[in-house]
Amino acid sequence: MGSGKPKSGGDLAATSGPLAAPDAGLIWEYAPAPESRDIVSIAPEYGLFIDGEFRPAESGRTFATLNPATEESLSQVAEAGPADVDRAVTAARSAYERAWSVLPGSERAKYLFRIARLLQERSREFAVLESLDNGKPIRESRDVDIPLAAAHFFYYAGWADKLEHAGYGADPRPVGVAGQVIPWNFPLLMAAWKLAPALAAGNTCVLKPAETTPLTALLLAEVCQQAGLPPGVVNVLTGAGETGAALVSHPGIDKIAFTGSTEVGKQIAQATAGTGKKLTLELGGKAANVVFDDAPVEQAIEGIVNGIFFNQGHVCCAGSRLLVQESVADVVVDRLQRRLGTLRLGDPLDKNTDIGAINSRQQLDKITELSAAGDAEGAHRWTAPCQLPASGFWFPPTLFTGVSQSHRIAREEIFGPVLSVLTFRTPEEAVAKANNTPYGLSAGVWTDKGSRILWMAQRMRAGVVWANTYNRFDPASPFGGYQESGYGREGGRHGLAAYLDV
Amino acid sequence: MSDRAPAKKPARGQVQPGRAATAAAAGARLGVRKTYKLFIGGAFPRSESGRSYPVRDRDGELLAHAARASRKDLRDAVKAARGAFPGWAGATAYNRGQVLYRVAELMEGRAAQFAAEVAQAEGLSAGKAESAVAAAIDRWVWYAGWSDKVAQIAGAANPVAGPYFNFSVPEPTGVVATIAPQQSSLLGLVSVLAPVIVTGNTAVVIASEPRPLPAVVLSEVLATSDVPPGVVNLLTGYTGELAPVAADHMDVNAIDLTGTGPADRAALERAAAANLKRVYHDGERWADPPGTRRLLATLEIKTVWHPAGI
Repeated sequence: MGSGKPKSGGDLAATSGPLAAPDAGLIWEYAPAPESRDIVSIAPEYGLFIDGEFRPAESGRTFATLNPATEESLSQVAEAGPADVDRAVTAARSAYERAWSVLPGSERAKYLFRIARLLQERSREFAVLESLDNGKPIRESRDVDIPLAAAHFFYYAGWADKLEHAGYGADPRPVGVAGQVIPWNFPLLMAAWKLAPALAAGNTCVLKPAETTPLTALLLAEVCQQAGLPPGVVNVLTGAGETGAALVSHPGIDKIAFTGSTEVGKQIAQATAGTGKKLTLELGGKAANVVFDDAPVEQAIEGIVNGIFFNQGHVCCAGSRLLVQESVADVVVDRLQRRLGTLRLGDPLDKNTDIGAINSRQQLDKITELSAAGDAEGAHRWTAPCQLPASGFWFPPTLFTGVSQSHRIAREEIFGPVLSVLTFRTPEEAVAKANNTPYGLSAGVWTDKGSRILWMAQRMRAGVVWANTYNRFDPASPFGGYQESGYGREGGRHGLAAYLDV
Repeated sequence: MSDRAPAKKPARGQVQPGRAATAAAAGARLGVRKTYKLFIGGAFPRSESGRSYPVRDRDGELLAHAARASRKDLRDAVKAARGAFPGWAGATAYNRGQVLYRVAELMEGRAAQFAAEVAQAEGLSAGKAESAVAAAIDRWVWYAGWSDKVAQIAGAANPVAGPYFNFSVPEPTGVVATIAPQQSSLLGLVSVLAPVIVTGNTAVVIASEPRPLPAVVLSEVLATSDVPPGVVNLLTGYTGELAPVAADHMDVNAIDLTGTGPADRAALERAAAANLKRVYHDGERWADPPGTRRLLATLEIKTVWHPAGI
């Protein structure tokens, strides 16, 4: 959402008087422009990817993965149990010792470059599959998720034979076998964030995709086969929380990387205590997106929308707390509501769609419950006027004003398209409110003043600070949290540390 | 132990053994002993609990009664450390470097006192104690120099694919609780403390349980140096009593378990997970020539996307 190019915009404070109502003659009706789903063939059943082959779970158990936009079942996927975890870890260990860790870095690099290229070549297939399984708009899977996933492999491929120059000693060693548990919000991208640095550093991997979004990880496993990756270097175990718990607690795992909720992250940290396993966690957030009165208005509105409604708000670093300077709060909220009225919610495969489906009924229930708490605690709800499809999981873009810091919708991660609006008067107050959270993953600041950007960036306790932009990602840019948003960084030179014995 | 110090052993508070022995032998003057207190927020309280515990030398002779800090003392120390954090983290790196260097200067002037304390606490010969003190002073100098360099080795300018200047900088993690090594009363303590505070963290340190007295002397140096109150808070007491409180505390951001036993670590790490404290320990590696490991362990990496445009 939003272009990368900074736009010129009016000064918010200078914007005076009510804005003209949109001209009825300018409201465009869109014809549906669906991306073809024929490009991807989905098998009726998928096995686990262990030691280079797909095979059913030992128990024979499977579960359905749904299209959240229609609730139709896309495929039956094997559910890995402890025996499968054990087989996968054994395969990864053997591949680590015999193949991967003894391979020259320059050869590992070439495998990763191959994977990056295959992702680019099959990008449309991946994008359609991601939107089908996850519910996110094709525009996002096509323009963000898949290109960034390929870029991550491309970036880390280049590190594989340059590790001695990375600042981690003359001969940094891999950790061993990595167990990686990833979430459902960016399924392929998170797989790339985990696998690319791990493989570049010489580790082997057992990856567990989220229960509701296993399909692109399984297609990635096929890509690994096509790249000729030695068997066992990457293993993919599908399953739910129990599979993840079995993987994390397996004694043959040397390193755990988890992206997901803070609650589960704490459980993993507890389960890992005293084992000596290396652990990195990328967890929840409740980011402040701070808008000053001198912010360029159109750009800020687009940035706020991108900050919270990108990927239906299923983003750990989402700008879910909008902090607006009091003098421009009315203007910003008014313009925001107008903009939200133009967002198109619906078929994720439609290229016009801005807001796709909520990933699961469970998540929809959570968003509904927390929004109800917003009502109950006295905040004012505004809902974008849009029609929700009859089947599937949907939640309209929602705005709460009159939010105080003690409200649950200002403290808890909603992980949905719900924005809480708070106000401030001075920069000091903005900093105090922004930092009033146990999280610390990300923050945003909107102002025309460069010195104020840096002043705010120095004071906001968060791992990523976006200035006059939001939700930008790049493989060269380290990402990760302060405090209860987790520890360790992914991306950039810093992301290597998670997978080296340093 | 009798009130009058035995002639062959220097009395507490008299740091020049030769002079102490002479004074005792002549019976000319009774030594003035020191009360060893806690160091919290720049002040020297006794434990709020009123408790103390006996500290003995290698031969089992009583050296002194040290304050036995309570969980309330620890919470007070965390509060002081939290209060000192914004100012210390916000100080310039150059300033922090000078403050640490000044600690080395002041220790150097009191090297004889430290050597006598360390010799008594650890049962070392005078020569070995002197070299331990010298190494501790040199640790301060080593880490002082890192203050305005660590960002240059741990930070980065990142070439992102877009119109942004993207940079990563290290920032201090926050309040760091440290369980100091149990055997090395001064060198061990300095080795784990200096890397924490040089980058702008504030510290709550639990000193060696059996050998706490040199740590208290260090706190007296810190109090008269330029280290702002609350940046270092030093507790003496029972590690088994204090470490779990530190691991549990929701306003502690990181914990260094170096001075804990392997048997206790799993429980402490489990407790530390309650607010996802960064957990560090490296066994006896603190004794190695210092590197950047400890510096980097209590840093967070912040990445800023600054727009570039006209």
